[in-house]
Amino acid sequence: MARFAARRLIGLVAVLFAVSVLLFVVFTVLPAQNPAQQLAGKNSTPQLVASIEEEWGFNDSVPEQYATMMGKVLTGGLVSYRPRVNVLEQIVERAPATLSLSIGAAAIWLVLGLALGYLSAVHAGSWLDRLLTGVAIAGVSIPVFLIAPVLLYLLSYKAGIFPSAGYEPLTGNPWQWLTHLILPWFTLAFLMIGIYGRVLRSNMLDVMNEDYVRTARAKGLSERRVMTRHVLRNSLIPIVTLFGLDFGATIGGTAIITESLYSIDGVGNYAAQATANFELPPVMGVALYGAFFVVLFNALADIAYAYLDPRVRLGEAPRS
Amino acid sequence: MSAPLLEVSGLRVAFATEAGLLQAVDGVGFELRAGEVLAIVGESGSGKSVTAQTLLGLGRSPGARIEGSVRLGGEELLGAPEETLRRVRGERVAMVFQNPMTSFNPVYRLGSQVAEAIRAHRPGTSKAAGRARAVELFEAVGIPDPERRVDAYPHEFSGGMRQRAMIAMALALEPELLIADEPTTALDVTVQAQILDLLARLNRERGLATLLITHDFGVVAEVADRVAVMYAGRVVEEGTLDQVFYEPQHPYTWGLLGSTIRLDRERPRRLAQISGAPPSLLALPEGCAFRPRCPHAFGECPQVPELRARLTDSPGHRDRCWLAPERKRELR
Amino acid sequence: MSLLEVTDLVKHYPVRRGILRDREVDRVRAVDGVSFEIPRGGTLGLVGESGSGKSTACRAVLQLEKPTSGSVRFEGAEIAGLSRRRMRPLRRRMQMVFQSPQASLNPRKPVDRIVGDPLRRLGVSSGAERRRRVEAMLERVGLDAEHRRRYPHELSGGQCQRVGIARALVLEPQLVVADEPVSALDVSIQAQIVNLLDDLQDELGLTYLFVAHDIGVVRHVADRIAVMKDGRIVEQGDADQICDRPAHEYTQQLIAAVPIPDPRESRARRRS
Repeated sequence: MARFAARRLIGLVAVLFAVSVLLFVVFTVLPAQNPAQQLAGKNSTPQLVASIEEEWGFNDSVPEQYATMMGKVLTGGLVSYRPRVNVLEQIVERAPATLSLSIGAAAIWLVLGLALGYLSAVHAGSWLDRLLTGVAIAGVSIPVFLIAPVLLYLLSYKAGIFPSAGYEPLTGNPWQWLTHLILPWFTLAFLMIGIYGRVLRSNMLDVMNEDYVRTARAKGLSERRVMTRHVLRNSLIPIVTLFGLDFGATIGGTAIITESLYSIDGVGNYAAQATANFELPPVMGVALYGAFFVVLFNALADIAYAYLDPRVRLGEAPRS
Repeated sequence: MSAPLLEVSGLRVAFATEAGLLQAVDGVGFELRAGEVLAIVGESGSGKSVTAQTLLGLGRSPGARIEGSVRLGGEELLGAPEETLRRVRGERVAMVFQNPMTSFNPVYRLGSQVAEAIRAHRPGTSKAAGRARAVELFEAVGIPDPERRVDAYPHEFSGGMRQRAMIAMALALEPELLIADEPTTALDVTVQAQILDLLARLNRERGLATLLITHDFGVVAEVADRVAVMYAGRVVEEGTLDQVFYEPQHPYTWGLLGSTIRLDRERPRRLAQISGAPPSLLALPEGCAFRPRCPHAFGECPQVPELRARLTDSPGHRDRCWLAPERKRELR
Repeated sequence: MSLLEVTDLVKHYPVRRGILRDREVDRVRAVDGVSFEIPRGGTLGLVGESGSGKSTACRAVLQLEKPTSGSVRFEGAEIAGLSRRRMRPLRRRMQMVFQSPQASLNPRKPVDRIVGDPLRRLGVSSGAERRRRVEAMLERVGLDAEHRRRYPHELSGGQCQRVGIARALVLEPQLVVADEPVSALDVSIQAQIVNLLDDLQDELGLTYLFVAHDIGVVRHVADRIAVMKDGRIVEQGDADQICDRPAHEYTQQLIAAVPIPDPRESRARRRS
């Protein structure tokens, strides 16, 4: 376990380094706005711009600038250009929104997706299976930027059931928090329900043909016990890994589009706005924050896998 | 003579495939008495495994067409409701399968899988009681250090040990009948000898009736009381061990016995072989299924021979060959 | 002179573990010092149970895996550790027949392509010449013209194995290594294939290294037998002698474990 943790820690550092370098290079190459100009603001003069360039080190060589920026990242002093605010503070302020969105959506997509997959597999070939498969395919095919406006139009604008935009913190008004998140949750989850449903269905159909399932029946277990304790249990193992990746990415801010559509001021939205403005510091901040969570949840998924499948030792593939 | 424990008659199993109707089992019937070991011998495609699995309704294809009768102590199992079958499985009839490497669920400990079998039929069993019984069973089948081994995962056991564990699990509720489908085929020969020993011992000491499916005549000679030879979905010969080995009545049996290599005799210049290959179960030949490969086929053979006793002094010895008994003696 | 001479052949697989760089912590001694020789036209049977290392030994002899150490002399020349390029011209003289007929044939190629490819790969002959040799070989192994265009999944196990043998022999090799060639076949088909291999050896003057776990089959085909356990040969000698008067305890166990397909003999043995 110690060896595994050490390996993953080193991996984390390597990933963060790679991500930061890559981003930095990309932004250096892009025809971005002059950051000094942005910092100077509306009433800028050439002298002001020049002095800012000097102060901020924009005249230094690329590697030097990189080092300077990384220094700021590590001390929490990374600042965006326009408006001039601390990136870390922004991320911390916005994280609860993203976390609320992610965790809620994840819970929904897990429960509904796995239910869909289970029912499909158990009744494979029946009308129910075909119906659920249709739902799953719809989920996978219909893009988020179609679902969101449709839901908003029908349930918010027309029916007035749900509020249309924004995020209310949990600490403020729990009911408002909930109603503001229900549509975003389902929007985000719809795609995942489709994916997880299909994956579980496929895994279960494979496992149902395994010899040990036949043994379970031969012992006289009820069909339900065979399905849950043997088929389902073994089918869920690969889903754990999948979930680790997906959840890590979602928390890390990949729900950008959903956040934008619902005007939720989360981390993803922050990165989207910064990218539109070609501003590197916020993007760098969010990217590192996201990468961190992806690596973390990946490692947790591997640990969970090793716990669930005794043939696997941490860091290795299963021995068959 | 007491009534047989297991009575199978007219068993037919067919699968609808893309290429047509595959008749895997074509009118199989046999009896098994309490405490007896019946070996069903056949090669691949003979229908022996499908027969074994159909007895407990464990066939893989839900779309199979099944006809006939399977009576366990008088109770009809074929077509019985799922709940009846569930009660019988594990408690009255237990089954051991061919591949020990894949027959256990890899994520649960062996002891708990054994306890699961117990709890399926005795719901009130406590965890401790289940575990204790598992230890007892492991010891009975010769697994060393059972207290510790009971907590092991399947992948920590060798093939032979896993098969012993399978047998232990099968014995958990003291069934009357054990169906063993090629239990030693996937094992090394030294391990095979141990498992066969175990099965013979269990039969002797507990009076456990055993239906043993195999392709190996050596295995048959070691443990069986009676033998049924299957070919292309039918039983072509049936009798006591000595009858089938020393007075075989069907040319297929002659061919099989002839092809079997014997270590204890001088090696022949050339191995006796049966020409051709088993027929496709999608298109069985008319009449006797062995006819295309039989060197002694003659006029009667295009009609399906019945399985019946043709020797006056051996009523229990049945076969499906039109040849007259005297002619058979010459040809053999 | 022996066609094949193997001396102290060793094949170890390292087990690696570590944090940044995997370091070797242990080795799996699959083949741990094996020596034997096979005269031209002879048959050596290599018997062992699972894990004995016999399959690994085959692959190491044929240089399908690089031996860790030891010598393999083929037709007098050392081939152990030769590069793939240097081995290429030798490949036509040593061929292999595998265990699982369906698994060792490319399922997407028809029979005539499967048997013809080795000829094409080693640049041996023109299209017409290739066809002739393939047809002749298929006939030799007992398959008719109608099987030529079939695919492996359309053939039975015995037929697939015949194709595998045809493929191995089409290049007219000197040495044929057969790794469990009949284990996956039914008893009656086993007999056919064993007889076929026997006939082909007489006709074409082949030398066989026959590997199997079934000592009965091995005794039938081999002149000499070597018994393997845990990567080593525990006993080696004339086939009949090894089976009738086994000297090593393991060989004795192996032979005692083989069930006798004869009820009276079987009972007698159990009583003793």
